Amino acid sequence: MDIDTLVEPALTGQLDFDAPVELRRIEPASDVATPFVIELSQFSGPLDLLLSLIRDEQVDIYDIPIARIAEQFLARIHLMQLDQAADYLEMAARLLRIKAQMLLPRNELDDAWEDPRAELVRRLLEYQQMREVVDVLERLGEERRGRFARAYLPQQVAPPTAPLALSLAELLAAIDRVLRVARDPVIHDVIARPLDVDGAIATVRAVLALRATARWRDVCPPSSQPWQVLSALLALLELARRGELRLAQLAPFASVLISRESSSQAA
Amino acid sequence: MNPLARLLEAALFASARPIPLDELAALDPDASASALQAGLDELREAYDTAGHGVELVEVGGGWQILTRAEYTEAIERAQLAARPHRLSGASLETLAIIAYRQPIGRAEIEEIRGVAVGSVLKSLLERGLIDVVGRAEGIGRPLLYGTTPIFLEQFALRHLEELPRADELAIALRTATPESTSAAAPTA
Repeated sequence: MDIDTLVEPALTGQLDFDAPVELRRIEPASDVATPFVIELSQFSGPLDLLLSLIRDEQVDIYDIPIARIAEQFLARIHLMQLDQAADYLEMAARLLRIKAQMLLPRNELDDAWEDPRAELVRRLLEYQQMREVVDVLERLGEERRGRFARAYLPQQVAPPTAPLALSLAELLAAIDRVLRVARDPVIHDVIARPLDVDGAIATVRAVLALRATARWRDVCPPSSQPWQVLSALLALLELARRGELRLAQLAPFASVLISRESSSQAA
Repeated sequence: MNPLARLLEAALFASARPIPLDELAALDPDASASALQAGLDELREAYDTAGHGVELVEVGGGWQILTRAEYTEAIERAQLAARPHRLSGASLETLAIIAYRQPIGRAEIEEIRGVAVGSVLKSLLERGLIDVVGRAEGIGRPLLYGTTPIFLEQFALRHLEELPRADELAIALRTATPESTSAAAPTA
């Protein structure tokens, strides 16, 4: 309060009783905190809240008693649990900074002194002006909402494509053309041919029993069917995993060398 | 009504959106602009004087047949048509700023409104009320937004100039702000 007395001498008398009353009115209400979202919709932003405070207090927007308004702003955002909302916090910080700037001593003859509130006043007026436009838009929109256009469509739609103009004869002719072009379907017989990994493992073991190293071709002759190739491959990988053999390919696309694992030989 | 007025009526009836004059001109290559205008005037006269439930309005740079306001409630009660949703306060504020300051970037809108407007812009874009109209020079080349013909249509505006001019608003900015604020500034 003493801050106001310093910077707002014209309002001093009003302040001494006014501010405590205002605070008393707010404090008890903070016990019944209302949900965040509902309160948020009450004000559309910190400037809106600030304007409503200025209106409630009936102070001149060009001469805002900044300390009092800042205090009430903080009380209100706390009451409405908006003190988590960054936009409101930013405004609160701004108000406190202006309040501090107002306290700085200054030379009365200093022409260069700029009211620290000037920027805030400009923003408030700009915002107020915009709110007036909102009222105009709201009225116009409400008037327009009250009248239906031919076939109300939910927002923008692509221009409708013309409906098909087609006779039955044309449709049948089209079907005929399609059927003539379409060939008889080829029906594939899929025969299940399970891989014989166990058999391939036996083959690999038999080859390695005879010699220490072998090549891919030894376990999988070139004439092999795809399922035999796959079986051989899986058998090699399986045996390599079990540690019975070692696979090596010295260069890309080179023949795979299969060598007996020394440890399995010992076993 | 003369044949051109009847043709215009048919075309406007067939369309769900306002049709601009130059598109109406495609209906009859022989009709001059003044003849089209006369036809539209005649149609509007006919609706107004003969007591129709609809009227012809010029909106969003085009012409459109709309039901008269007094029948809205009955139509809605009978669930034959539904009014579009009302825009939220935040949407209207953002829209008002864009309407007056376009092309305008997001940062400037947030400066005036004092809050973040990302989600509001998104919903306005989705409703087709605003559109990206370009990019600003400068860091990041931010997107610039402007209003669309749908905006004009939904607020029954013929063009943007129909909105009150800034100096017509009741709260006009005080001229020579530096003088007035320093004059009003408290003396230490």
